[in-house]
Amino acid sequence: MPPWQHSKKDDKAAMTFNHRPGRLQKAPEFFLTREAMTLSRDDRRSFLRKAFLAAGGAAGTLALSKGAVAADGDPAILNLPAHTKGLGQPVAARPYGLPSKHEENLQRRESPGLTRVGAASVSFAPLQGFFGIITPSGLHFERHHQGWWDIDPAQHRFMINGLVKNPKVYTMDDLMRMPSISRMHFIECGANTGMEWGNVAVPTVQYTHGMLSCCEFTGVPLKWLLDDCGADFKKGKFVLAEGADGSSMTRTINMANVLDDVMVAYAMNGEMLRPENGYPLRLVVPGVQGVSWVKYLRRIEVGDMPYAAKDETIHYVDLMPDGQHRQYTSIQEVKSVITSPSGGQVLIDKGFFNITGIAWSGRGKIQKVDVSVDGGKNWKSARLETPILDKCLTRFNIDWTWNGGDAILMSRATDSTGHVQPTMTALRKVRGTKSIYHNNSIQSWLVSANGEVSNVQIG
Amino acid sequence: MYKSVNTRVQRRGATLWTIATLLAIGLTSPVSAQTTAWGKLGRTATPAEIKAWDIDVRPDFAGLPAGSGAVSKGQDVWESRCESCHGTFGESNEVFTPIIGGTTAEDIKTGHVAALRNDSQPQRSTMMKVSQLSVLWDYINRAMPWNQPKSLSTDEVYAVVAYILNMAGVVPNDFVLSDKNIAATQGRLPNRNGTTLAHGMWDVAAKPDVQGSNCMTNCATSVTISSRLPDYARNAHGDIATQNRLIGSVRGADTLRPAAKTFVSPAERKPATAGPAAAAGAKPDPVKLANQHACMACHGVANKVVGPALQDVHKKYSGQPAADVARQLAARIKAGGTGTWGNIPMPPQGHVPDADIQAIAEWIANGKF
Repeated sequence: MPPWQHSKKDDKAAMTFNHRPGRLQKAPEFFLTREAMTLSRDDRRSFLRKAFLAAGGAAGTLALSKGAVAADGDPAILNLPAHTKGLGQPVAARPYGLPSKHEENLQRRESPGLTRVGAASVSFAPLQGFFGIITPSGLHFERHHQGWWDIDPAQHRFMINGLVKNPKVYTMDDLMRMPSISRMHFIECGANTGMEWGNVAVPTVQYTHGMLSCCEFTGVPLKWLLDDCGADFKKGKFVLAEGADGSSMTRTINMANVLDDVMVAYAMNGEMLRPENGYPLRLVVPGVQGVSWVKYLRRIEVGDMPYAAKDETIHYVDLMPDGQHRQYTSIQEVKSVITSPSGGQVLIDKGFFNITGIAWSGRGKIQKVDVSVDGGKNWKSARLETPILDKCLTRFNIDWTWNGGDAILMSRATDSTGHVQPTMTALRKVRGTKSIYHNNSIQSWLVSANGEVSNVQIG
Repeated sequence: MYKSVNTRVQRRGATLWTIATLLAIGLTSPVSAQTTAWGKLGRTATPAEIKAWDIDVRPDFAGLPAGSGAVSKGQDVWESRCESCHGTFGESNEVFTPIIGGTTAEDIKTGHVAALRNDSQPQRSTMMKVSQLSVLWDYINRAMPWNQPKSLSTDEVYAVVAYILNMAGVVPNDFVLSDKNIAATQGRLPNRNGTTLAHGMWDVAAKPDVQGSNCMTNCATSVTISSRLPDYARNAHGDIATQNRLIGSVRGADTLRPAAKTFVSPAERKPATAGPAAAAGAKPDPVKLANQHACMACHGVANKVVGPALQDVHKKYSGQPAADVARQLAARIKAGGTGTWGNIPMPPQGHVPDADIQAIAEWIANGKF
């Protein structure tokens, strides 16, 4: 029998459990017997009916999904709901569609106390609820250094200067008339998982790994534009990218990256970029940390030395145990995380679970993801879902049966260069605990006997 | 028209090759060799346009405009434009990480900040980290003051940089920083020798420094948990139950309550934040509202985060009738304000429905957290 099927014995056990004498009577909105329904028609008990109606489908369905239904069957089947007996909403009632109201729990959120001002802060993407590899545009993580803007694209200009024969200015019309490419890539903040270098600091995968998103980007390869300006690729080993917002963010990009796959993008997931993500133009630097993906991109300068910008001299430098800062750390190394079951979640039952997660590498494709459920003693290779793309998230899944005891879930990715994701211990041995940036260690989730999953580190 | 472009490139230490190329362009068509069908899109940037945008200053000080500023003038600019966020002595961590602190006269000699090798400083200041003086000038010029970037004059930027260096003991009180002496001043920066490129995360062909294990079976004899979230932090990120989907194989843990002792399926457990109470017309749960409207991003119940602990707010007004306090707090939440609890302003919360503000205000006023 496949692991996801319950045996009749399981169902019987569940029923018995629910009717065990001496247990607390279940609230009527979760377990409605004929008697309760009769009572609910009684004026004296009418609050029960109100409670049931208000608690609504979601809560009611939760309990019943376990198979513990009333004698006649499931009221969700027997009592035809309003949506089956009424007229629904017309087309274009919401001209720009929105997620279901039942999904409102999945939002990008700040980590309390991490930053002091919202315009220089970060909001984390709810990885715990994502499927596949594409991040919905509205849930893409945010990092702003000096607030976000909704810039008039007709007034936006993009300039290329420096070591070029012909410094040029392009309008959005110019850029969008050019041949375009579309690519799917992950973007991860260099400080993702940065709060966990010393010890466990945050409860859920949203806060441990949520400065991570993955989208399809459309735009023009920067190489084409540099060719158009007659860039000196012999001397020009670096480019400076600069934003148009108040911070006028700057970062140095290696010319090797530019020649490979850097693009000037105006679209994300089939629509124009969202304002929070740099509308109308941002740099896409596949495999490189998010701070280099300069938003509101206004200028590229070709130069013969790195620029030592603020975010590569004072921030985004990795402190090593010997007191030296690693400068220009850019590549996001091989990494993976189980997104469900994950920290802060509770398993709804014993038995079968699909362990699911994501893996990525700034150096190439994901080759393999191994999963351990015993704290790293033994590992099994997970199924990789397609597509498996360069510098893009890869979804993995593996079957697991929770027997009700303690378990420690971990995932470990290997990329196409053979780089294997290290343990926290191995990483600390070389880099200490004060690096802040580029923590790509193996994440551990403890499943306790009470069904709760929590963030732990293995020593 | 290429004169200023040439000047700019020369300042950047361009070789004869580049200069020759630019001269050649000046003599021929300004359009570069374009072989693509779309090559005529875009146009040549004018010198004035390049001057307006090309403001970056490199580590070799290429791009730095001529000018100067004295420490004393920098102090004036600091007190009027910088101090409210960064503190009188650049030491404040209330809004941003400190600028000044943690460097010594010995560090100025060695070019290595010793405090980076030990735990003597609670936070790393800008002066502890910064290895290139050009970036102080560049960043203040491009992005400061935070709410009015690019509003300082060239000489004001020199002056503020001079004052910061003076506060860090790098330059004397009578120092005047200028484009003439900035390169020499770089030689006194406390952490000027504090960076390394010896790592695998810059050059795309470089090797990573930490390689994981391929082991598949019997990889460890024992497993020790070395770190976990302390119980008191259970609710530090709000109610996790409200941060997870309500269907599927898992639910979010109800972190408003202690963890269950034994397994109880969350599908059968009544969520603390929903249910009959709300349906019976009772007031909405203020804890849920406070989380929903992100109050808890800045206020802990028992601890100060950015704003004061809610318990402290309650205590401050506990001598007054709760209804009056609730009314005052509601007005304060709606309008925002500063001064009662320090300098950091609480932003106005006009977007939050009045009923929700009232419920949150009553919750704080009643003090039953």
